[in-house]
Amino acid sequence: MDRQPAIELKNITKRFGKVVANKDVNLTAYRGEILSILGENGSGKTTLMNMISGIYFPDEGQIFIDEKEAVITSPKDAFSYKIGMIHQHFKLVDVFSATENIVLGLEDGKYNLKTSTEEIKKISAQYGFDLDVDKKIYTMSVSEKQTVEIIKVLYRGADILILDEPTAVLTPQETEKLFNILRRMRDDGKCIIIITHKLHEVLSLSDRVSVLRKGEYVGTVNTAETTESELTEMMVGKKIELNIERDEPKNTEDRLVVNGLTCVDRMGATVLDDVSFTAKSGEILGIAGIAGSGQRELLESIAGLQHLAKGEILYLNPKTNAIENLRDKTPMQIRNMGVRLSFVPEDRLGMGLVGNMDIVDNMMLRSYSKGHSVFLKRKKPKDLAMRIIRDLEVVTPSASTPVRRLSGGNVQKVLVGREIAASPTVLMVAYPVRGLDINSSYMIYNLLNEQKAKGVAVIFVGEDLDVLVELCDRIMVIGSGRITGVVDGRTTTKEEIGLLMTKSKQEGENANG
Amino acid sequence: MVNKKAIKKHREPPFHVVKRDDMPWWGAWGIRVATIIAAFLLVGLLSMALSGRSLFETYGIMFSGVFGRIFEGRTMMLWKYLQEIAILLALALALTPAFKMKFWNCGAEGQALMGGLASIICMIELGPKLPYPVLIIVIAVTSIVAGAIWGVIPAIFKAVFNTNETLFTLMMNYIATQIIAYYVYIKGGGSNVINPVEYGNFPAVGSNDYFVNIILVAVITIVMFVYLKYSKQGYEISVVGESQNTARYIGINVKKVIVRTMVISGALCGVTGMLLVAGKDHSINVNSVGGQGFTAILMSWLGQFNPFIMAVMTALVVFLRIGVAKVADTALLNSSFSEIMVGVVILMLVGCEFFINYSFKFKHNKKEAKV
Repeated sequence: MDRQPAIELKNITKRFGKVVANKDVNLTAYRGEILSILGENGSGKTTLMNMISGIYFPDEGQIFIDEKEAVITSPKDAFSYKIGMIHQHFKLVDVFSATENIVLGLEDGKYNLKTSTEEIKKISAQYGFDLDVDKKIYTMSVSEKQTVEIIKVLYRGADILILDEPTAVLTPQETEKLFNILRRMRDDGKCIIIITHKLHEVLSLSDRVSVLRKGEYVGTVNTAETTESELTEMMVGKKIELNIERDEPKNTEDRLVVNGLTCVDRMGATVLDDVSFTAKSGEILGIAGIAGSGQRELLESIAGLQHLAKGEILYLNPKTNAIENLRDKTPMQIRNMGVRLSFVPEDRLGMGLVGNMDIVDNMMLRSYSKGHSVFLKRKKPKDLAMRIIRDLEVVTPSASTPVRRLSGGNVQKVLVGREIAASPTVLMVAYPVRGLDINSSYMIYNLLNEQKAKGVAVIFVGEDLDVLVELCDRIMVIGSGRITGVVDGRTTTKEEIGLLMTKSKQEGENANG
Repeated sequence: MVNKKAIKKHREPPFHVVKRDDMPWWGAWGIRVATIIAAFLLVGLLSMALSGRSLFETYGIMFSGVFGRIFEGRTMMLWKYLQEIAILLALALALTPAFKMKFWNCGAEGQALMGGLASIICMIELGPKLPYPVLIIVIAVTSIVAGAIWGVIPAIFKAVFNTNETLFTLMMNYIATQIIAYYVYIKGGGSNVINPVEYGNFPAVGSNDYFVNIILVAVITIVMFVYLKYSKQGYEISVVGESQNTARYIGINVKKVIVRTMVISGALCGVTGMLLVAGKDHSINVNSVGGQGFTAILMSWLGQFNPFIMAVMTALVVFLRIGVAKVADTALLNSSFSEIMVGVVILMLVGCEFFINYSFKFKHNKKEAKV
């Protein structure tokens, strides 16, 4: 075959202290192909790509561009090799228009928005982007912002494009659109490298897949010749079952009734708009939606962390049958009312736990204030810590290790373990498997199912629609702070949820237009 | 539009800095102890060069400057040394709970001055009227309250309006200094000096005037250690300092903790002011605290917020301050020489933390590609 290698990595090694992020990685990407880099979180995908784009410098090994050795010490060097990376977190100036962001920082001496605009429009048309070049960034959706980022690197002449988990923030429909554009770029002879951990995307999009596991290069296969289970085996290192159990809910009764919840943020924007729903005991209620549609505010409102403009949150106490309104109560008051509400927030180390404290002290967060003594009692938290380490197989040197030193999966086990240990009647979890490897993810799903079987009302905010559809009994879809639909998890499809996710937004746009 | 600049031959950087997480505790302390030894050597060599004495002689002067003729059974200098440690350590301890909460209290100077002011007012105005035990109690209470008020004002503004506490506490220092200047002006008459007051002085134990101060600070050190490590309030301080979001999530009233902790911090500064006025000087002037409120910030950090390590570090710095001052004195050097040396040593101690947290990678080991 006369394929032209665009970029070759030879024996790349990168260490961070004791941690080896990449070890002797060899990789080749050709022009005119889409290469997926597949691996679990922490397998070194992003580190590897950061070395190509000049953010890190490899400790060992060489990088070849067009078969010539290249030394890339800064993102600027990367650009001179025509390498462009689209990061997970966008780096755009909010108050600038698309065009202004795209030409920003270019040092070619001439700043002429008119010719630039023409140039950008040409690129858009060539690959089928859908972009209003004069639109300001802060009025854009996530997908539009991503488009700006992609055009930005194309405008700078990149012909090796690296995309770091580009679909994490997109709906299924937006994803399909992006994939079509990427395919067109490939046919144009560009080299596309996409980092992902979603198997079905790999299979539908890429030509070849390179798999990393724990920083090491496992192998490369042609997508046409592989299957989902083979890829999983390469990723995890052993065969695993990819089925989530779902029992029929038993003895359901209303546990948490939310009526007309409205929440306004500091800037005066309505983040939750007249949200009403009921969470029932013994079932898992999924909440789907594009990231930032009000999921966080919804859970925080229930947990007593948000100021509400309107609405009520009624808790039906199963012991006393009393109905209590949790509105305007602090987390401490809610606990003292005997409401057993557990909450696994999205930001684990920034909210759920204290990174610099050890496991024992983190166990105490919920219970330290009990009793009248001035002093802390560490005996019970210590026992709890030992129990969680044992039962949930937390990998840690000891119970006195600061939790920030643990890997993402183990941090989450500590947090979920603590919240479940409080034997809740309502359990809210936000993105509980984000950043977790497959084994830890399934352990979390099993824990949620256990809680469901115990009669807990579980509220699960998720981003992976495949998982939501497999795990949840009911799925509530939230779009721009509004509930756009509630569907049955057993009969719905990803596409149906995807449509609901964008529903209110389109309505809003129509109303404005 | 395309960057058409020819790709220049990039050179590899000679070294790069890498964060390390794997330094064992003995390695970290090894580096710190080595730094202290190196610092002493540097101070000795510089003093030697400037004073013209031998290294051995220089250290001799330093030692006798701090401990006096201790081998002849004269302990007066030793007590003075301990007293100096006590004052600086008390201020560092006062700042520590605030620092653990990531509230950068730079106002120890002013808070201590206000505590001292309360003491001197009681000593002058109430001294002749009240019996001694009552007077001491009144002095203690008013000093604590004065320091606490000076500390809590910025805390309230921080809690309610989220003002910057660093600037606020610094400004409060200037106000305190001016109040002292004014008070000295009216009480000292034209001389601008308040003569030592004979009422309300802390009792001497044996022949030692400073015994009460030293014991009090020793007790505060232990209490602070226990408070931070084993009390519920200490735990709340740590949580608020590490993450206010986590604190809110578990239902800690963050504003309350900020205000409460600054009451404690300010109150302890007030106590230090009392130790300075009632326990040592029996008078007051704008330089009574003498910048130690700022040195205390460094001591709290060098002690890594651990009261016992803080005590050791304070002993070290005070040793240098007195010892080098003696060397400078005997060699007719400027008195600022001692301050400069203390600054150099503190800088070295702070700088050595960099080598504990980071390592250098010098050569880029190229492995030839296997074919």
